[in-house]
Amino acid sequence: MPSMSAEELKERLTRDLPGALAPARAKAEHVTNGSAAPQTDPPAKPKKGAEGPVDLLATNDAIVLSERIPDVVRYVRDTLGYTFLTDLTAVDYMADGLIELIYRFLHLDGGPTMAIKTRVPRDRAVVPSITPFWPGADLQEREAYDMYGVDFPGHPNLVRVYMWDEFEGFPMRKDFPRQGDKYIEEEDEA
Amino acid sequence: MSEDSEIQFELEKQGVFVSTINRFYNWGRRSSVWPLAFGLACCAIEMMATGLSRYDLARFGAEMFRASPRQADLMIVAGTVTKKMAPQVVRLYNQMPEPRYVISMGACATSGGPFRDGYNVLRGIDLFLPVDVYIPGCPPRPEALLHAIMTLQSQIDDQKLNRVRWYGKTEAKDFPVPTFGKQGLKIDGRLIDPVGGLPLISPYNSPLAGEQRSGRIEHPELARFFPIMDDTVELEGPNKAVGIAPEIAIDDLRKRKPEVTSA
Repeated sequence: MPSMSAEELKERLTRDLPGALAPARAKAEHVTNGSAAPQTDPPAKPKKGAEGPVDLLATNDAIVLSERIPDVVRYVRDTLGYTFLTDLTAVDYMADGLIELIYRFLHLDGGPTMAIKTRVPRDRAVVPSITPFWPGADLQEREAYDMYGVDFPGHPNLVRVYMWDEFEGFPMRKDFPRQGDKYIEEEDEA
Repeated sequence: MSEDSEIQFELEKQGVFVSTINRFYNWGRRSSVWPLAFGLACCAIEMMATGLSRYDLARFGAEMFRASPRQADLMIVAGTVTKKMAPQVVRLYNQMPEPRYVISMGACATSGGPFRDGYNVLRGIDLFLPVDVYIPGCPPRPEALLHAIMTLQSQIDDQKLNRVRWYGKTEAKDFPVPTFGKQGLKIDGRLIDPVGGLPLISPYNSPLAGEQRSGRIEHPELARFFPIMDDTVELEGPNKAVGIAPEIAIDDLRKRKPEVTSA
């Protein structure tokens, strides 16, 4: 049963597609220290916020440069054999000004899923489309466009899929105005 | 009227059937309320269960779920009405022949329910349609739907031929179909589901109560416990109230801070 860990994937990518992996972040060292601290002493749960703010961007998965996404996805499908794209979704990290796209693949022989990620700035969220060679990504890219406003150049029909065409804004972005009566006072404070 | 009915019942015991044209018409209406086969979310599952043999909607003459609005008398709005679906719901209602009735089934159809503060769910189908019977619940049990059908039947019993509009000469009017706007649904260019502010108030009454809501509080002599029906609430327009809701003013929607009690 095929099973590829994130480290293995990163090794393969560095070997076969040089330059595809995004350079490591400067904060990475601090992150490993931060995450190592609670492991040494698991029973004593550190107080919330005691070891500084949590680094939301810390991840073990392979992070790919956004312009290399088509190459990497082709490599994952044709060379590694992960032929089923189960998920293509996005996360909005508003504080860091980033939108992260997550491509999750499944091998049809079984085994765990495998993820690759890419990060683009929120104000220029552009990722090349993989729909031309992977039609299964069509609706999922349209959904990411509809909810998060990610632009996929090369997509044959990039229009809204859930919301109506006249709708303005991207509802799953963190800065989409919260609606409803119970937020009235919070907005006044802010 | 009550004396008349007593005489009627007494005569029926003797095997003599006397009826008024009102009672005869209403008996026909109430005994063959055909719903539209139309479900939107999980409430529709309960609606299907109601139609099947265990709960047996056929006992009320309402088992004929019609696939066409042209043959239906009753629209059971069963489930969450998303803003994208709302125009189609209104259009289906407009296609139904009169007399037509609406049951708003469940919390979502009535008020938006748990999705009320979201960006995509209509805050109550009564913003666009005159609703006859509301059912609370999430989702309501089949018994609740049966009770709603019985409530509707008793409402139909109260119809008077000379009072109900559709037996007169006035033609059925189409209800305005909302259009999609940048922020939400619009009617005649006016945003109908604005964000924030007080809960919205339906502009429509049940057809048996005259269809158009006047903007006044109906039956002010009754004590109201639901804040929006409070007669201190001023209306800004037919479906929007002025100011902040009382329960927000007294901070009732948040978790109360535990009161410090000195032991």
